[in-house]
Amino acid sequence: MSDQIHREESFTFDRHVLDYIQQAAEHGLYDIRGLGAKRKLPTFDDLVFLTASASRYPLEGYREKCVSKTVLGTRFAKKPIELETPVTIAGMSFGSLSASVKEALGRAATEVGTSTTTGDGGMTPEERQSSKTLVYQCLPSRYGFNPDDLRKANAIELVIGQGAKPGGGGMLLGQKVSERVAGMRTLPAGIDQRSACRHPDWTGPDDLTIKINELREITDWQVPIYVKMGATRVREDVKLAVKAGADVVVIDGMQGGTAATQQCFIEHAGIPTLAALPLAVQALEEMDVFGTVQLIISGGIRSGADVAKALALGADAVAIGQAVLMALGCNSSTYSHDGQRIDATDDYAKLNTAPGYCHHCHTGRCPVGITTQAPELETRMTPEWGAKRLKNYLQVLTMELTTLARACGKSNVHHLEREDLVALTIEAAAMAKVPLAGTNWIPGQ
Amino acid sequence: MDRVIELDLTRLTVRELNHYLHHELPLVGQASSLSAPQRQAGSLPHVQILNPNGMHNLAVGLDAPADIDILGHAGYFIAGMNKRANVTVHGNVGWSVAENIMSGTVRVKGCASECAGASAHGGLLVIEEDASSRCGISLKGCDIVVGGSVGHMSAFMAQAGTLVVCGDAGSSLGDSLYEATIYVGGKIHSLGADAQEEPMTAADVARVSDLLTKSGIARDPKSFKRVASKRSLYHWHSDAGQEY
Repeated sequence: MSDQIHREESFTFDRHVLDYIQQAAEHGLYDIRGLGAKRKLPTFDDLVFLTASASRYPLEGYREKCVSKTVLGTRFAKKPIELETPVTIAGMSFGSLSASVKEALGRAATEVGTSTTTGDGGMTPEERQSSKTLVYQCLPSRYGFNPDDLRKANAIELVIGQGAKPGGGGMLLGQKVSERVAGMRTLPAGIDQRSACRHPDWTGPDDLTIKINELREITDWQVPIYVKMGATRVREDVKLAVKAGADVVVIDGMQGGTAATQQCFIEHAGIPTLAALPLAVQALEEMDVFGTVQLIISGGIRSGADVAKALALGADAVAIGQAVLMALGCNSSTYSHDGQRIDATDDYAKLNTAPGYCHHCHTGRCPVGITTQAPELETRMTPEWGAKRLKNYLQVLTMELTTLARACGKSNVHHLEREDLVALTIEAAAMAKVPLAGTNWIPGQ
Repeated sequence: MDRVIELDLTRLTVRELNHYLHHELPLVGQASSLSAPQRQAGSLPHVQILNPNGMHNLAVGLDAPADIDILGHAGYFIAGMNKRANVTVHGNVGWSVAENIMSGTVRVKGCASECAGASAHGGLLVIEEDASSRCGISLKGCDIVVGGSVGHMSAFMAQAGTLVVCGDAGSSLGDSLYEATIYVGGKIHSLGADAQEEPMTAADVARVSDLLTKSGIARDPKSFKRVASKRSLYHWHSDAGQEY
């Protein structure tokens, strides 16, 4: 008889699954974590540009201008938003992020000419002061929501859902509910703060129409109203938002991030951003409002190439969240202090994780001082340092975008088109509705 | 004698109405249109809105002291996000009257449909007859007094403020309640998760009495029951089971 140990791991019950089951049995609680889906999904990486050659001619990369100006909210608002770049900052709350981070976002966005978005928990003075163009979210919780801040906003984003948890509410665990956060949300400090999954004052699409009109009446029809949704039944949802009167529709794919949500939600609800975007465009085209109602896509946008592909598929702009945090140092092994880089790996270890793997935003113990309300951690990311990093990153995204647009022969990034793209996989071809490279084949058409 | 400004919705659009209330009415209180005795007496500009005919979004986003009377039935979001104004609806209203109000008083002489006073932060909302379901949902500091009964899931996730129900309360009252307090004069069909009935203290009786007086509703404040949060859902734990 052989004394060799046989290791035949089950595909269905592999070590990850075993660990999940045993943790669930041990604690009786499901996993909550931050950031977005980690599973492998079809992405914009599965598309490539057919840049210019003999049949198209390019623009000179370093000399000929390529416009990136972006205007959002032209349908009904008296004052549409004008941005210098189609890369906007997605809604992230004060509470999930520190006040310093919110200020850094505002400073960087203002410097490059784009917008930031408030998030659950209301508008902080630091954010309003630092961000020239600020989008004020109206969320189901209505934490900190008030008409004074509404009137200070440059646009209003009515949030129906987000990509990390479409159909789900939110939770800010007690360790992040500081006195200031609690005060803004009218809650006791230190308790787990739940955010509802539905709005308290309206339910269906007919009500949404009236709600949008209420917001318009209060703001005298001045500012654009966005409607943000997680990507599920995208075609139908976009049509309902358009019918309800949205100026701008925001679709957040399943790679979109969160500060704290159930793992089962993050990995198992919604559809990938790549699949969602063409469905949204199709809905706008079918309602004959493509170009009239602007479209913002978000969920896992990382590079200027991603932005360019999103625009080519029909988006007017993108919104980035997780990548913003990473530009500020999320998952970095060090943080900055008095010009020195300080090692943070021990603090990652205390969370049972390591740089590159951390998704512990929900704990409030962010080793690099981003997703925290703890004063001793918050000082690890100063607004000045963060703003500089983020400004650099946003500039790179825009430069990469215009580089690719020029190479496709476009003098305006919004002239990129679906015809400029092909897919590298059958899945991406089917989702993006562009031909598989080297063929004329679009699966499903 | 009080000078009344009449705004007729058979002649004005809702947009024109709200524009007037936002931008021109605040000037009236400062201008010579009020007589010297009126200004000395602290009289407020008085507006009557005629022929509301169930229209939505009337008198929303007000931010000035004024007395507004809506003469008839009105639709959704009436007096939404109000600050400082006193709005009275002489009829019934649709969904979400006085949603997110910050201050002032909103009074409905008839019944209110769903979500009355949703997420309201301050001020006083009085519904003289019944309110439908989810009255006071997500309440954040406003006081609501309902002369009649309320529907199911009222004061759901209510965070701060007071809901006084002179009649009966529907099922799942105060589900997932935070720090708001509910007082019910009639029967409670059922309590929601984490809500519990508690003894009325002298302070509770005084609070109910004060709100009834402000509302102009005659009831014995000692006859009310107090409902508040058990606070057992304030921290995520495995025994919470279906409550999360």
